[in-house]
Amino acid sequence: MSTATVTPKGPSTLRGARLPKWSPYAIAAGSIAVAIGIGVVGGLHSRVQWGLIAAILYVVASYAIATMVEGKRQAKDRMVTSLVWVAFLLAVIPLASLVWSTVARGVKVLDLYFLTHSMGVVADTEPGGGIYHAILGTLEQVGLATVIAAPIGVLTAIYLVEYGRGNLSKAITFFVDVMTGIPSIVAGLFILSLMLIFEMQPFGFAGSLALAILMMPVVVRSTEEMLKLVPNELREASLALGVPKWRTILKVVLPTSLGGITTGIMLSIARITGETAPVLLLVWGNPLINANPFEGAQASLPLYIYQQYANSAGSGAAYDRAWAASLTLIAFVMLLNLVARGIARWKAPSTGR
Amino acid sequence: MDTSTQITDAPPPAQPPAVDKRAARGATRPGDRIFLGLSRGSGILLLVIMAAIAAFLTYRASLAISKDEGNFLTTFEWNTNAVPPVFGIAVLAFGTVVSSIIAMVIAVPIAVAIALFLTHYAPRRLSGPIAYVIDLLAAVPSIVYGLWGALILVPHMNGLFGWLNDYLGWTGVFSWEGGAPRSMLTVGILLAIMILPIITNVSREVFRQVPQMHEEAALALGATRWEVIRMAVLPFGRSGVISASMLGLGRALGETMAVATVLSPTFDIQASLLDPGGGTFAQNIASKFGEASVFGQDALIASGLVLFVITLLVNGAARAIIARRKEYSGANA
Repeated sequence: MSTATVTPKGPSTLRGARLPKWSPYAIAAGSIAVAIGIGVVGGLHSRVQWGLIAAILYVVASYAIATMVEGKRQAKDRMVTSLVWVAFLLAVIPLASLVWSTVARGVKVLDLYFLTHSMGVVADTEPGGGIYHAILGTLEQVGLATVIAAPIGVLTAIYLVEYGRGNLSKAITFFVDVMTGIPSIVAGLFILSLMLIFEMQPFGFAGSLALAILMMPVVVRSTEEMLKLVPNELREASLALGVPKWRTILKVVLPTSLGGITTGIMLSIARITGETAPVLLLVWGNPLINANPFEGAQASLPLYIYQQYANSAGSGAAYDRAWAASLTLIAFVMLLNLVARGIARWKAPSTGR
Repeated sequence: MDTSTQITDAPPPAQPPAVDKRAARGATRPGDRIFLGLSRGSGILLLVIMAAIAAFLTYRASLAISKDEGNFLTTFEWNTNAVPPVFGIAVLAFGTVVSSIIAMVIAVPIAVAIALFLTHYAPRRLSGPIAYVIDLLAAVPSIVYGLWGALILVPHMNGLFGWLNDYLGWTGVFSWEGGAPRSMLTVGILLAIMILPIITNVSREVFRQVPQMHEEAALALGATRWEVIRMAVLPFGRSGVISASMLGLGRALGETMAVATVLSPTFDIQASLLDPGGGTFAQNIASKFGEASVFGQDALIASGLVLFVITLLVNGAARAIIARRKEYSGANA
């Protein structure tokens, strides 16, 4: 069908023959139609199979048609184009499914009651209960981790950018890089080994320590990037006025890059909020409200999701709660991300002044 | 920024003004001294933490390994409550490597294709928002991927597993006895989905930095879009893609909760990727921790130490590749 519409191939034209602009759509429509035909005739139930057949047909058909009309090189180009599109669509499916199923299943039990009650008198397999205790635990653990990690991270970055030269700063840079890649469970095991030595029982703050270890390198990296963006003229102007270096850093460098540093810290908070493994090892989880992070097992949102899934023996009510808690967690993380990026965008031009 | 000649140490624009060193350090002012002490102290604290992680893990691990009756590296068993305790990491090492390899084989080509899609193929109006969404997806907590994997992905794997068994079952690698598809292949696919956003993000950054001139030169010579990518974009971005993949591999190796929710573990090595069984370091720690005695916890710490060393090596390699071409740094991704 496409060959008929090709512009006349006169020897006088300088350009080679091209398929018309609408041909990819036509081939796509054709291959989808054929795939549906094959699916219906062959009795294939899965829509995924129909989609795959259509994708393969599309790639093959566009390659064949383009080879006939445009030649090998153009055909290869078109084949890669379609492969890239297919790869993109292929990746969209699971990611869209993830978001969709979390939202669709999460809203079922997510209401004010769910957010304000604990699992105190509710068995894991029964409906009811909520995540108040888990939200409380997560906020406390993440808050404490931030209180520890943010100052250390920012100060380290200041050292690296403003003071650092020589072997110490090289070593710190290298180990910050290495630390970024530590699996969260290893950070948990490290704190666990300390707790074993001091014979301590699980408590919230232990989780905070592990989360702080995971958070520090992220804060260092992002703060470093931001401090490097501060124009040297600002530092020079301040120093030239006789301002001590530490006041220059506090009053000139940090305020200039404050937006970016805040963004970095918020993104790292978003990252550790979803960490489950260290919390599982160190905080244990608790169906009751425990507001004291320094004594006794605590709950946490990601851990709650895991325990609702793992301890419920396939109970639908527990799965609903797990989805609702996932939705809450994702909403929280996304909110942090969006606000952080908003701050970054809002504050970005100020570095150029 | 055309070459990577001298950008290795402290970056030039960040240097404090090159005034007299003593004056710049201001060692005479107490405020300066305190501030320098604080910031240097934080840096040193980071180093101390890293050293402490290695030291304490090694210490607790040595307590466990010294009482291990089996060979820690080759025993196919994890029985820490036995009287003499017998445990080894062979199964875990195998499972960790296999699941990560599956994840990489699936994720890297697709991630590179998506990165190319975003930088070279997608309509401009689309590529910005899509890149933004992929950025956000990188922030989805792993436990949510785990829940989704266990409740949504696993039931959907039956069709694929049946098909693989029908047509490729004779290889032995893809044979399936019809159990729940909570196997290494499912884990690998889930890990691939999880590391896709990070590999895509870093690769996209690299592809965006390909000098416009290179691409235009190729186009001017009559190259098609694919030829531009093959001759100008991919060679330029190769090291960036490699380091992005290594970062993704580091994530896949250490992933805990997603594997723990999806896999139905057994402590042996399956020839088939489709039959449930096997285990990974992180998953084994998470699932065995609940009922472990103090000695059992030490044994788990020993396996965690191995995981720590492996991820250090992988990440170190990735960083070394990045450092060679510093301007691609994806470290702040």
